[in-house]
Amino acid sequence: MASEPFSLTGSGNRADTGFRWMAIGAASLVLLILGLIALTMTNRSLPVLSRMGLDFFTTRRWSAPDGLFGALPFIWGTLYTAVIAVALAVPVSLAVALFITQVAPPLLKRPLVYVIDLLAVVPSVVFGLWGVLVLSGRIQRVYDRVHEGVAAMPGFLIPVIVLAIGAGLLLTSRRSLVGWVLAVGGLLLLLYFLVSGRSIPPLVFGPAAQGRSFATAGVILAIMIVPIITSLAREVIETTPATDKEAALALGATRWEMIQASVFPHSKGGLVGAVMLGLGRAMGETIAAALVIGSSLGQVTLDMFASGNSMPAVIANEWGEAESLHKSALIALAVTLFLITIVVNLIASAVVRRSMARSAGRA
Amino acid sequence: MTGMEPTPATALDLSARLSWRVAKNALMTALMVLAFLVVAVPLVAILWSVIGKGMSTAFAGFPDFFIKEIPVVSRRPGPGMGPAILGTLMVTGAATLLAVPIGILGAVYLHEYGVTSKFARLVRFMAMVMTGVPSIVMGLFVYIVWTLRTGYSAFGGALALACLMLPVVIGSTEQMLKLVPAHLREAAYALGASKSRTIMTVVLPAALPGIVSGSLLAIARAAGETAPLLFALGAATAYNPHLFDGASTALSVQIFANANTSFVGSQERAWGAALTLVFLTFFITLVARIFTSRLALKR
Repeated sequence: MASEPFSLTGSGNRADTGFRWMAIGAASLVLLILGLIALTMTNRSLPVLSRMGLDFFTTRRWSAPDGLFGALPFIWGTLYTAVIAVALAVPVSLAVALFITQVAPPLLKRPLVYVIDLLAVVPSVVFGLWGVLVLSGRIQRVYDRVHEGVAAMPGFLIPVIVLAIGAGLLLTSRRSLVGWVLAVGGLLLLLYFLVSGRSIPPLVFGPAAQGRSFATAGVILAIMIVPIITSLAREVIETTPATDKEAALALGATRWEMIQASVFPHSKGGLVGAVMLGLGRAMGETIAAALVIGSSLGQVTLDMFASGNSMPAVIANEWGEAESLHKSALIALAVTLFLITIVVNLIASAVVRRSMARSAGRA
Repeated sequence: MTGMEPTPATALDLSARLSWRVAKNALMTALMVLAFLVVAVPLVAILWSVIGKGMSTAFAGFPDFFIKEIPVVSRRPGPGMGPAILGTLMVTGAATLLAVPIGILGAVYLHEYGVTSKFARLVRFMAMVMTGVPSIVMGLFVYIVWTLRTGYSAFGGALALACLMLPVVIGSTEQMLKLVPAHLREAAYALGASKSRTIMTVVLPAALPGIVSGSLLAIARAAGETAPLLFALGAATAYNPHLFDGASTALSVQIFANANTSFVGSQERAWGAALTLVFLTFFITLVARIFTSRLALKR
């Protein structure tokens, strides 16, 4: 920052003060808008919340004519599609970020970044249009095949495979989080099958009644958050000090070993933050999800090939025909969505900032 | 595996496990390339569909699609997205006029006045929170505070888009102000310029290409937004040149409405509108890139 000017007298001074106050006013507008959002939205959602109480968040029946508003299926749909999207997008985004920063020749870097960024420029409604008119018709056959394949397997097979992959990962590195998740998950699935005789996987990959489903929404959302996660991951990865990488290479590490030894430990925190920002974005995204999620009344199910509904999709689809209490319920949905996304975003930015500060201190 | 070339660093290492390690390295590299292709495929597929299906609708009996009004009966085939194009331009233009000057002023406060004061830190934090507000929440908010009182208008949509753009413009502008070297400010002060004059005639012009580029990217995103416009615009099918009065429409809203129907005619219009919208956002982004590259040259 430059130092303050000498104090001036004369006509310039008043203009100076005026300009300063204009700037303060513009900055305050951010606080004003956020305050108004919280105030007016909460106020408008009170009628339905006072009528339904906590049942609004915990019951499943949503029926405007009966005056019943249980938002649980929509909250579930929002979380489930967002988790599917993140699970699909994260490995791909990480790999692309590593490819761009560590592998690609310098000449190719820029065009590659442009291609990924191009995805971020396509309006979300265009993703939705493509999803509903092109993708959902074709992907249903894929769902069907997956369902048939899974249903035909003996019940213990998938748990054992998952367990084996997890154990394999743990053998190479004992602190692999993915390894632990897969191993423990596979073990639990196997135990459940042995105890109850029922197997979970055919329930998760259920029969596909139509192409519009949680999974389709997850795929579309994944395509939309890949550029976000990739660009953040790129920034985080590029803060890895060259000396760390050179040290690994000088010890004879291959490029992948260098990435494991230098890049990952250095950028772990920032990468977690990037993933969470992607999660927040996936939950708040409205239009694409509204078009491809199927807009059935909504169900709380693990079956990702079932059609469902999510909070923003319900708001967008039902607003036109909503009466007063129904409108209040939709606004209450928006408040819920607002709170969830803000919590996720805050955690994400705290994680990113902490890891950035740490790496800045190290460098 | 054909592309197994040992990297120079490993060429010296001749231990027994070398081949396995090199193979693993090659496998991981191949997976990274594959991941990039996995991302590129949907992009190509979407653009292929939009261009392929959009062209035949948008350019059948050229300028018709871009000029004629939208058919009132949506299942009827035939051209017309004129009012939606006008609506998108009006709504986005008005949002730009609202959000960009205020956003730049806010960033000037944050970087030139507040810096590390408590209030500045609060505003910076809240602007970050505001970027995470889902766009549909912004749409409902504007419906409650504006549309309920004044009725449908293009301006309501502009307000919602401006709320979404504001924190983005503040953030990108502050980044650009950080790049302006302190000695430029000090030189202006030494010549006796007041602080506001220094900002207006030295700091902002120095940061201009970056500010323009950041704002254009925010505009491109806003032009494609649908959710904030659903509640404020209403549903017009005819031209409405009034910013503050009467229902309007926009390309994104038309795509959403037409994608939801099962009529071939309206789906075709949706593809045509999608082509127009994608072209518009890509064009704005391209202009932003040109400004960014000029910035890089100056540095």
